[in-house]
Amino acid sequence: MSEVPRFWRESRHRYRLVGTRCTNCDTLYFPPRVICPTCRRESVGKMKEEEMSGAGEIYSFTVVHDGLEQFKMQIPYVMALVKMKDGPFVTAQIVDCSPEEVKIGTKVTATLRKVRSEGKEGIIQYGYKFTICP
Amino acid sequence: MSSIVSYGSYIPRFRIRTEDIAKEWGENPENIKSGLFIHSKSVPGPDEDVLTISAEAAKNALRRTDLDKSKIGAIYVGSESHPYAVKPTSSILVEALGLSYDIHSADYEFACKAGTAAMQNVMAMVDSGQIENGMAIGADTSQGAPGDALEYSASAGGTAILIGKNGFADFNATLSFTTDTPDFWRREGEKYPSHGGRFTGEPAYFKHVLTGAKKMMERMGTKPEDYDYAIFHQPNGKFPTRAAKMLGFKDEQVKDGLLTPYIGNTYSSSMIIGLSAVLDKAESGDRILGVAFGSGAGSDVFDMTVNDRVKSLKRERAKGVMEQVNNPIWIDYATYVKYRGKIIMRGA
Ligand SMILES: [Zn+2]
Repeated sequence: MSEVPRFWRESRHRYRLVGTRCTNCDTLYFPPRVICPTCRRESVGKMKEEEMSGAGEIYSFTVVHDGLEQFKMQIPYVMALVKMKDGPFVTAQIVDCSPEEVKIGTKVTATLRKVRSEGKEGIIQYGYKFTICP
Repeated sequence: MSSIVSYGSYIPRFRIRTEDIAKEWGENPENIKSGLFIHSKSVPGPDEDVLTISAEAAKNALRRTDLDKSKIGAIYVGSESHPYAVKPTSSILVEALGLSYDIHSADYEFACKAGTAAMQNVMAMVDSGQIENGMAIGADTSQGAPGDALEYSASAGGTAILIGKNGFADFNATLSFTTDTPDFWRREGEKYPSHGGRFTGEPAYFKHVLTGAKKMMERMGTKPEDYDYAIFHQPNGKFPTRAAKMLGFKDEQVKDGLLTPYIGNTYSSSMIIGLSAVLDKAESGDRILGVAFGSGAGSDVFDMTVNDRVKSLKRERAKGVMEQVNNPIWIDYATYVKYRGKIIMRGA
């Protein structure tokens, strides 16, 4: 049950891609940061939560053939670095497609999926993955 | 009275053909197709469940309206496949959709009519002035035992109906009809449901669907020809087609809301995904009759009329039902049993 408190604290970020924007230099961070690494002390009290639109494109990707036990059902699957329209880069699985459909520059959109579950008794962790835009 | 402010559906992209199930069990696919009138069904991906399906359906509903999310005062989710036995789907949705924490929420169960029971509750809360708007969702990832007739129909999908004042489709009336009928059940902890075989037809589906529809037309003083569209609960393609005929509805009133032949029975979303497909094309003045059925057993009936506000509805902002139906990823039976957890994995 060790992961429950951490997962709960981060749930809105994982469910809805909520990051933080430094209103001092207007940069959006994801995962969220408490202070801006550029503005440092200047950003204290100026970090505001902001939900990303979910739109992005594939910046880079890899096809996983020998994955974790949790993802065995989905092998081969695609892990990608997605450049979000709102700025930040996000690492996530690309689902509902075959690896051949994924290219650098492919437009994707965020979808809420099961990411993992702690056995049969534990909590189910939900979070963002991406699907290819038609 | 209350009205539909927005709506949205989600159908998983994976589909399996009736032929591919039939051939594994030595059945003649043509017999199944003509007997059940099902050609294919939707299959949830290994990372999809009622929560994720509900979230995507609700997001589609929210995309089609400019309504401020903080004005949603209730969210109810009807399903017979909630991810947790204890831990509400609805509370996870509050966070996943970014709704206000000042919200009424609960999960509902009544076989395939839990979603429409949720709609009736939201309607009552809007009518009484307790809330301004509320979201009712029906979603399922239903399972049939391998080799059982239900395996051809049990599918996955969800529909969210956002109800409030001044929507684009007015509820003229709603009613329910409920009796203790043991046509279909699943005991706590059991993976697959049991059913009363042929018992499911006459005393269960037809009795409740026909009685509900007749009572509504009696109350409203209407006849079948007064409706532009009629949508019936669709456990297969055959039952709703026969029910419509028995009541005096014509094919063209029924066909737009009949999805089971292509995506299977989405259970708690069954009637309302048909309604969603109809709302994708309905025009001002169209009158709609919707009859949901839940085993156990009961029917929820809705009489609705689309108004002029349909012209300002942003339907194109989300994918319509037929657009999703026509965007499948076909899978074989082996992939299907893997995705549906019908094989036991180490550590699972
Ligand atoms: Zn900064």
